[in-house]
Amino acid sequence: MTLKRFSLSGFLSLWPAWILLSLVVAALFAPAIVPFDPDRQNLLARLKPPGFESRGAAYFLGSDELGRDVLSRLIYGARISLAVAALSVILSGAVGILVGMAAGYLRGWSETILMRLVDIFLSIPAILLAIITVAVLGPGFINVILVLALTRWPRYARVAYGQTLAIADRPFVQLARAMGSSPWRVLAIHILPNIIGPLMVVATLEFGLMVLFEAGLSFLGLGVQPPTASWGSMMSSGRNYIATAWWITMFPGIALFLLVLSANLIGDRFSDHIGDGK
Amino acid sequence: MVRFLLNRGGQALIAVFGVVTLVFFIQRLSGDPTALLLPETATQADIEAMRVTLGLDRPMIVQYFAFLGDLIRFDLGRSYVQNADVWDIISSRIPRTLQLAGGAMAVALLIGVPVGVIMALTRGRRISKALMWLILAFQSMPTFWSGITMILVFGVWLRWLPSSGTGTFAHLIMPSIALGLLSLATYARITRSAVLDELSKDYVRSARARGVETGRLVRHHLMRNSLIPIISITALELSQLLAGAVIVETVFAWPGLGLLTVQSIAARDFLVVQAIVLLGAFVTIFANVAADILYSAVDPRVRLAGKT
Repeated sequence: MTLKRFSLSGFLSLWPAWILLSLVVAALFAPAIVPFDPDRQNLLARLKPPGFESRGAAYFLGSDELGRDVLSRLIYGARISLAVAALSVILSGAVGILVGMAAGYLRGWSETILMRLVDIFLSIPAILLAIITVAVLGPGFINVILVLALTRWPRYARVAYGQTLAIADRPFVQLARAMGSSPWRVLAIHILPNIIGPLMVVATLEFGLMVLFEAGLSFLGLGVQPPTASWGSMMSSGRNYIATAWWITMFPGIALFLLVLSANLIGDRFSDHIGDGK
Repeated sequence: MVRFLLNRGGQALIAVFGVVTLVFFIQRLSGDPTALLLPETATQADIEAMRVTLGLDRPMIVQYFAFLGDLIRFDLGRSYVQNADVWDIISSRIPRTLQLAGGAMAVALLIGVPVGVIMALTRGRRISKALMWLILAFQSMPTFWSGITMILVFGVWLRWLPSSGTGTFAHLIMPSIALGLLSLATYARITRSAVLDELSKDYVRSARARGVETGRLVRHHLMRNSLIPIISITALELSQLLAGAVIVETVFAWPGLGLLTVQSIAARDFLVVQAIVLLGAFVTIFANVAADILYSAVDPRVRLAGKT
């Protein structure tokens, strides 16, 4: 790839990346940029429409049923969405890749057992699996990440397995093996760098899905618990005021949509660039 | 063919067995499942009594086989929260969810497939690109957001459709669309690439050279040959719909299995949740087997491939 000269259209065509980046920055610096404390209630300013001003402070995106600023909660909510999605992608990716590579490289009975396990996990609809596990473990930040990782690792395992199979017979792998490299060394140095591309595509697409899953669980009351702001729970409580205060529900929805759309677009472009990840 | 069926059936059985085992272990992740089975108001004595009734004082392996035995006898247990048989609770909700899933499938197939064909036939033109963006948007929309937005626009502002509940056909429209959008996007994409694949083949070019008009070409040649990927994706989509129903039914207060799941979690009625998850998994496994069989009936190469 050659370095391209800067152009405005090129800059604009990267908009999914800019959306993602600005959300990350907003999430990182949330305490510095929010106009209000996201949890501070103001019962005198309940359900106020976007642009409402109270004592010199403006509620740009309106206020919710407890008089909390929607914009501030939106920014804090980005923290939850991004952190849960990123951590669950890392965790499920690490576990899935390890399992997939081990199955593809070691073959034999470990291949049979591991890949059967993958099939079994994949035959339970992911949302249902996540729901039953949260029902057992209880909701909360850490549990949601664990549940999402538990639900999604087989996706990476499948891809890593297929890719490892395709590469394990190549001469450089055979040579490393013949020269006495341990399986771990072969996997880490020779195989992983050669299969990481398609796995990164999977991870990007999964990132969008994890954002949706987290929001869905929060929407059902199974995610991060109130009063902590999360987009899903904002929408679930705003739903009751949809006729009088649409902004409580619509803004988190739009934010969610843009984040997922960006992740999907980045994943698509990534996959065009690298070759198909599926 | 018999051998293929046996083989595929055997695989499905192993998957069913695995799912049951997985659910058993998930149930015990918390350490003590009695807490999951009783309402929050239960006393310590209730818990002890329940533990003995359930046989939780027995070793794990005995419990596991008891669990398997119950399921084989189709005994899903009794809900202590609702004081009713779990199967009775679930079965009364199944028709509602089937209705919703059917509506969503209709939306997805009847719109998704034609859109996919149009995208393939107009490839490279502006209309194809616009449709592609639309499909991508559908794919990225959380169902609860599209559902609530529809309620706001068509239920609250325009007052065209009822916002929630069941009863008439009008009640079914918005939930079906909300649930169907994601599958619609998948069908459109799959159809597009399947038709594009076919379009590049020789027989299409020769048919075109003979002057076969496009509509006839699509109906008689392209669709039939593009059917295989569409059939196989339907099994996957079915399980997606079941899972998506949890959220859509909550948004529209649609009294099916999905809403029941959420209500049961809130009421700590774990046996019901467990039964619904098992049901969802079994339907998924069964749908996959059915798709494979259908697939091999349409294209015998699939069946023969297993024999090498």
